[in-house]
Amino acid sequence: MKIETKYHGEIEIKKEKVIHFINGLPGFPDETDFIILDLQNDAVFQVLQSVHTSALAFVITSPYLFYEGYSIELNDDVLEALSIKNKEEVVVYTIVTLTDPFVKSTINLRAPIVINSKVLKGKQYILNDTEHSSKAPISPEQKEVK
Amino acid sequence: MLVLTRKNNESIQIGEDIEIKVLGIEGEQIKIGISAPKSVDIYRKELYTEIKEQNNAAASISVDVLKLMREIKEK
Repeated sequence: MKIETKYHGEIEIKKEKVIHFINGLPGFPDETDFIILDLQNDAVFQVLQSVHTSALAFVITSPYLFYEGYSIELNDDVLEALSIKNKEEVVVYTIVTLTDPFVKSTINLRAPIVINSKVLKGKQYILNDTEHSSKAPISPEQKEVK
Repeated sequence: MLVLTRKNNESIQIGEDIEIKVLGIEGEQIKIGISAPKSVDIYRKELYTEIKEQNNAAASISVDVLKLMREIKEK
């Protein structure tokens, strides 16, 4: 199927690649279908593009690239909601709030995007701990983000 | 907003399968128990609002993303 995207113009996507977010995302409850595209030909940043709304796309990345020790615990509800049977099926992304200059950008470690790559179900999982920030600096050494 | 007065250990039923129960009152704090289907997400409101706002900010960035990416690569 053909879709219109925010960063890539009109592209052809495979239906089997669409990730279903059953409750949408906080702030976007009706956006239930997304696809992940490479932002450019680099492996660092991807785009979580809404299939139905061309203007809605989040820049995402792997939190582990920026915070090596990042770890989250998935509770039973999310395991069930995403039909997760084992660890290998799980892919974790974090939404990037890009800013110019780039070093001032932040990533949302408090609410990672958790995807079951096998059945293509996803959810923005809000952690109940206070350890992780929703505006963590993209450069961990940049402590001051206002 | 519908306003109901409840005592300790009393509940409110919302629809067929959501129950909200007052479990304890201690000074300014009220302990609330919620029974709901697993498909219903339950959050502290301020946390949900924070994530919603952050999502909105991330979705409506005004920077030229592709240009920014090129600049990073050149560094």
